[in-house]
Amino acid sequence: MFRKLTGAAMFGLAALWLFPLLWALWTAFRPREQAISWTLSTDLTMANFVTVWNGAPFAQYYLNTFLIVTVILFVQIVTATLAAYAFAKLRFWGRDVLFLLFLVQLMVPADILIFPNYNVLRDLSLLDTKLGIMLPYFASAFGIFLLRQTFKTIPHELEEAARMEGCSWWQILWRVYVPLARPTYIAFGLVSVSYHWNNFMWPLIVTNSVENRPLTVGLAIFAQSFETGAQWAEVSAATIMVIFPLLLAFFLFQRQFINSFIHSGVK
Amino acid sequence: MGRTQRANWKINIYAWLLLLPSLIFLILFTFYPVLQTVILSFHQADLGTPEPFFNGGENYRQMLEDEVFWKVLTNNLWFALGTVPTSMALGLAMALFANKVLRGKGFIRTAYFYPTVVPMIAVANIWLFIYTPEYGALSHVMEWFGQREMNWLGDKTNVMFAMIFMVIWKEAGYFMIFYLAGLQNISKELYESASMDGARPWTVFRRVTFPLLMPTTMFVMIIAFTNSFKLVDHLVIMTKGGPDNASNLLLYYIYETAFSFWDQGMASALTIVMVALLLLVAALQFFGLDKKIHYN
Repeated sequence: MFRKLTGAAMFGLAALWLFPLLWALWTAFRPREQAISWTLSTDLTMANFVTVWNGAPFAQYYLNTFLIVTVILFVQIVTATLAAYAFAKLRFWGRDVLFLLFLVQLMVPADILIFPNYNVLRDLSLLDTKLGIMLPYFASAFGIFLLRQTFKTIPHELEEAARMEGCSWWQILWRVYVPLARPTYIAFGLVSVSYHWNNFMWPLIVTNSVENRPLTVGLAIFAQSFETGAQWAEVSAATIMVIFPLLLAFFLFQRQFINSFIHSGVK
Repeated sequence: MGRTQRANWKINIYAWLLLLPSLIFLILFTFYPVLQTVILSFHQADLGTPEPFFNGGENYRQMLEDEVFWKVLTNNLWFALGTVPTSMALGLAMALFANKVLRGKGFIRTAYFYPTVVPMIAVANIWLFIYTPEYGALSHVMEWFGQREMNWLGDKTNVMFAMIFMVIWKEAGYFMIFYLAGLQNISKELYESASMDGARPWTVFRRVTFPLLMPTTMFVMIIAFTNSFKLVDHLVIMTKGGPDNASNLLLYYIYETAFSFWDQGMASALTIVMVALLLLVAALQFFGLDKKIHYN
C-alpha cells in the first residue's frame, strides 16, 4: 500500500515536472490570439515560428552558440586531460597545494566573478568577442576532478606495459588513458555543452553585437522587446526554438547521458 | 646528483608542464581577478571619479550602511535555505525511486532531469507565463479552487516563494544524477545481509543507504550552495530584483552596481563579500562534515 502510494506520488511529480515544457510547446503552436485562453482547440500553426525566425537574427545566434560551445569543449578536454593525468598518476612537489587551488575554482566559479573578469577581458581588449566569452572557461576544475577520478581507476600495469612496447608519454595518454576514459569524456562533454549552451549572464555582459551574441542573450533581447503579455505565442516559440536542439539531443541520448554520468563514478 | 633525484626532477617538471595550461587560465580568471578586486575594493572608483583613488574601508563602511545590501544578503540566505535542502531531499527521493521503478524508468529519469538542460533564461520565460496573474497557468489552476487574483511576482511576500519553487524544479533532477551515481556505488551485499536480518526499508535507508551516501551529499551540498549564489539569470527576465528588491540576490546586485551604476569600487567590495562567503561555507562543509563521513 505504502509502496503504491509513493509510486503514484513520484509519477505525479514527473507529470508536474513535465508540465512547464508541455505548456510552452502547446502555446508555441497555437494561434497567437488564443495563447492566453485555456479553451481546448485543435488549431495548431507554425506561424509563430515564422514570425520569430524573421523577427531576429536567430541563424547568427545559433552559429555563435555552436561555435562557442565547440571551442570551449575542445580546449577544456585538452587542458583537463593533461592536468587530470598529472594529479592522478604523478607524485610531484606542491601537488596538494595545487590541488587545493583547483578546488577553490570549483567553489568560486568564473560565473560569480563577472565584474573582475570583465576588467581582465577589458585589459586584454577582448570585450565583445567570442573568444572573450570562451576564455574564462578554458580550464575546468570540474572536468579535471572527473577525469582524475577515472584515471585513478586505470591500473598502472597498463601504462607500464605500454611503456615496454616503446610508447612515448603522449602515446600512452592517447592510446591507454583517453580510450579507457571514454564514458567520462562523454559525460563531461554533455555537461559542458549544456552548460555553455545555456550560459547567459557572462555573454550578456561581454557582448554588444549580433555577430558575437549567443542564443540565450538573443532570446532575452527578443523576449524583452515585448512590453505586454500579448506576444506569448511568439515568446514561447522563440523559447522552444532555443531549447529544441539541446532538448532533442538529450531525449535521444538520455540513456547514454545519464548512464555515462553514473559510471564515471561521481562522488 | 643521484639517479632517483634526477628522475624526481624530471617528474616534477613534467607534472608542472602538464598542469601549466589549466593553471594559466585558473590564475588569469580566478586568482588574479580576485586579487585585483581586493585592491579595487579599497578605492573610490565610480563615474564621478575619473582616476580611482585609495579610500580605505569607505566602500565597506558604506556597504554595511546600505539597506539594499542587507536586503540582498538576507534574500540570498533565505533563497539558499529554501532551495538547497529541498532540492537535495527531492533529488535523493527521485534517485531512490528512479533506481527502483521497473516500468517507465527512462521516462521517469527524463521527466525529472530535463529541466537541467533548459537554459535558465528560457525557464524564466516559461515560468513568467505560469506566474502571470489572470492568464497564467497557476491562475487557471487557482481558479478551480475559487481563487483568482494572485500576483506571484508582483507581491513582496510571494515573489521569493515563486522563485524558490522554480529553482527547485530546475535543480532537483540535477542532484538526482549525483545520488544515482552514489547509489550505484553501494555494494549489493550490504542490502542482502540487511534483508537477511529482516530489516525494514526505513531502517535500511537510515542505517545503510543514507550514511553511505554522505560523500555524495557533501559534494551535492557544495554545488547546491554555490548555485544558490550563482543562479540569477531569471531575475533579468522575471523581476529585475523587484518589487522593491524583494527578489534581488547578491550576484544580481553586483551586476547592477557594476554595469548599471558603474560603481566599480562598490562592486568590488560586494564581490569580495561573496567570495569570502562561499569560501567560508565551503570550508565549514569540508572540514566540519568530513569527519562524519563514512567512505566506502
